[in-house]
Amino acid sequence: MRLTCDVVVIGAGMAGAACALYASRAGLDVVVVDRGPVAGGTTGAGEGNLLVSDKEPGPELELALLSGRLWTGLAGELGDRIEYEPKGGVVVAADPEGLAALERFAAGQRAAGVTAENVGADQLHELEPHLAPGLAGGVRYPQDAQVMPTLAAAHLVRASGARLSTGRTVTGVLRGASGAVRGVRTDHGEIHAPAVVNAAGTWGGEVAALAGVHLPVLPRRGFVLVTEPLPPRVRHKVYAADYVADVASDSATLQTSPVVEGTAAGPVLIGASRERVGFDRSFSLPPVRALAAGATRLFPFLSGVRAMRTYLGFRPYLPDRLPAIGPDPRVPGLLHACGHEGAGIGLATGTGQLIAQVLSGKSPELDLTPFRPERFGEETV
Amino acid sequence: MTDASRPETSPRLAVIGAGPAGLAATLAAARHGLRVTLVDAAPEAGGQFYRQPAAGLGARRPQALHHRWRDWERLRDGLDRHITAGLVVHLRDHHVWCVTRRRSGFTVHALLGPEQERPAEVRADAVLLATGGYEKVLPFPGWTLPGVVTAGGAQAMLKGGLVLPGRTAVVAGTGPLLLPVATGLAAAGAQVAALVDSADPRAFVRRSPALAAQPAKLAEGARHAARLLRHGVPTLVHHTVVEAHGDQRLEAATVAALDTAGRVRPDTRRRIGCDTLAVGHGMLPHTDLAEGLGCRIDGVAVHVDDEQRTDVPGVWAAGEATGVGGAVLALAEGHIAGRSAAARLSGREPDPRGWAGADRARAGLRRFAAAMDDAYAPPAHWAEQVTDDTVVCRCEEVTGGAVRRAVTELGAGDVRTVKLLTRAGMGWCQGRMCGTAVAGLAGCPETAARRPFARPVPLGVLARAGSADDEQ
Repeated sequence: MRLTCDVVVIGAGMAGAACALYASRAGLDVVVVDRGPVAGGTTGAGEGNLLVSDKEPGPELELALLSGRLWTGLAGELGDRIEYEPKGGVVVAADPEGLAALERFAAGQRAAGVTAENVGADQLHELEPHLAPGLAGGVRYPQDAQVMPTLAAAHLVRASGARLSTGRTVTGVLRGASGAVRGVRTDHGEIHAPAVVNAAGTWGGEVAALAGVHLPVLPRRGFVLVTEPLPPRVRHKVYAADYVADVASDSATLQTSPVVEGTAAGPVLIGASRERVGFDRSFSLPPVRALAAGATRLFPFLSGVRAMRTYLGFRPYLPDRLPAIGPDPRVPGLLHACGHEGAGIGLATGTGQLIAQVLSGKSPELDLTPFRPERFGEETV
Repeated sequence: MTDASRPETSPRLAVIGAGPAGLAATLAAARHGLRVTLVDAAPEAGGQFYRQPAAGLGARRPQALHHRWRDWERLRDGLDRHITAGLVVHLRDHHVWCVTRRRSGFTVHALLGPEQERPAEVRADAVLLATGGYEKVLPFPGWTLPGVVTAGGAQAMLKGGLVLPGRTAVVAGTGPLLLPVATGLAAAGAQVAALVDSADPRAFVRRSPALAAQPAKLAEGARHAARLLRHGVPTLVHHTVVEAHGDQRLEAATVAALDTAGRVRPDTRRRIGCDTLAVGHGMLPHTDLAEGLGCRIDGVAVHVDDEQRTDVPGVWAAGEATGVGGAVLALAEGHIAGRSAAARLSGREPDPRGWAGADRARAGLRRFAAAMDDAYAPPAHWAEQVTDDTVVCRCEEVTGGAVRRAVTELGAGDVRTVKLLTRAGMGWCQGRMCGTAVAGLAGCPETAARRPFARPVPLGVLARAGSADDEQ
């Protein structure tokens, strides 16, 4: 059988775009296929956080540090087009207890290679002049950065030289007699390749099921608020320290983490809320109200600033809160690159690099064991 | 405010929008047992259709600019009576930004004050959305010059301010609004240099059985046509505006004939001097509040059943929001919606025989509206006139070229991705102005945009909104 390409990447979001870029740069011929447009799923509904600040020491932080280095490299060639801003993050604590916890957390991160600078209450307003008075202090994270996620996905795909096939739905994963992958079936014909990368994000579980394997990706709904355009007043990514606790939380109840940041275009972004409500697209006031309340507590001047719009996305998460990255031993030729929850934009470059290293037969530069896709059991679908 | 015959416990309906649909709904609901809160953004009832001159202008004959003045007088008198009787509360200058569901009932969130910064919340057992429509705008080179206005904008200036927007006007585009705008401008003393219609209304008259069934519409059209003749307005059918010219403001417009495929015939281009160019291409439904409530949207309009119910229990919709069809259709739909809500909120199964007349009118007028839609579509290839340097999104200054590149180079396939890649539609109007244009340039179908905030809301208001409610 004639091959269409070396690799089919399913999903033209941020993860798929990064897989396409690094696989192409490793010399592979790549086709990216998506049922919607580029960045049509969670990527287009994200904020573009490239954060190390919210991650505790462990495999996700290692992936974030690798990804951050790769983003810095990409910024040289694509920086303006993807609105890359190495603005740094500032995490603030309202009271001395919160500050002590934050500083302990930061000390652990420093030991793992994160740059984290303690900021006293008196210095906070030098970093962020419009912050509320009376905060106990904070930590500054110079490695935190930002991109505009839709632009980033679109320009990475374009820079990869991969063939992009949008508006095309994958309906099956083709497998040979040995069980190995030999391509995908779509609503517009088959694509033949010896490797298939599942970069379908929140819908990654469905793609895995097409290949006959279990991958329990679930949606977590997040709202983001966008204000009217303003002159630059918020310089960093600023959030309250309870955000860290929220990210690591397993609670099913509403948690709101008002990350506040300015954008190159002028609007301030506030987000995101986190709720487990399935794929419910309807507007819900309580999480959005909580975002507004949290943001105005951090920056009182925002009370008089108008929210222009709000949007929601479904962040893909796996039960142990780590993504699935790497080859699936149950289906030779199938690789996964999904389940990054709210951190997928930031973690995409490292993910793409690791996938490309596996695809080209090299040994991946991070241990993939914590991310192995079969870790949730062999339940047949 | 209470009425002896209507206890405080009788169900309350919030009607949003005081145009023809909202007024008809309010009157029908109040007459049949409900207490009604009529919430509207304008200082006076009437909506766009019955827009009144500001009282301070002392207009002696405002009806000169309106047809169906008697309908308006009937609605206005009915509203006044119900307000006096304590059955209707009319909340003016209330700009609704969101409607939310509570465990039982709804909260209407509005903003008050000249800066729209003060919050107001209205609670009701059910809501009726009569949010009307807004003008469809298609860009062309020069369309952002001062002096170029929408047809509805020109009409609003005539009806509301009684000011003449310019001295030499060209009225262009397509749709039933062009005739009254041209005759209105002419009657107000402007020289209308041309009425430029990309459709041919005569062909419509010839082929449409739906029109033959609407003698009132025929007569109305004939009256406008006669007025055009009287004012000596030249009419160019199968023509379109290709470009607007001017240095600081509009000085002239180039128009050209269209071939049978809807493409401009370059050899027919000609320049017409004018200081006002009123362009209209019909209307689009206002669906933001319905979308926020999770109502089903078909294409660009709110889906309703025979009783004007949306698919969300407790939410009715009527008028242009459910599909553009004009004021008379809106009256019929509003009446039916109000009757249905009155029965259902009182625990009764409504009897449609009670509104048989409105039902017949609705059926005929909807057929008529569908025929109008077919006849008055913009030229098939209008997007070809948009040059790469023509600004498409005014708020964010995004050009036609940027929209095209997002599709051809970056993989955008829908309006949302074009927006994210170019910022078209991210500004103050949230894509209401450029949505149709972006869809046309990107070659994708126009769908209702998700706008949970129907208008911008201060974060300080949002931070407290509905906090006293038991929302679901």
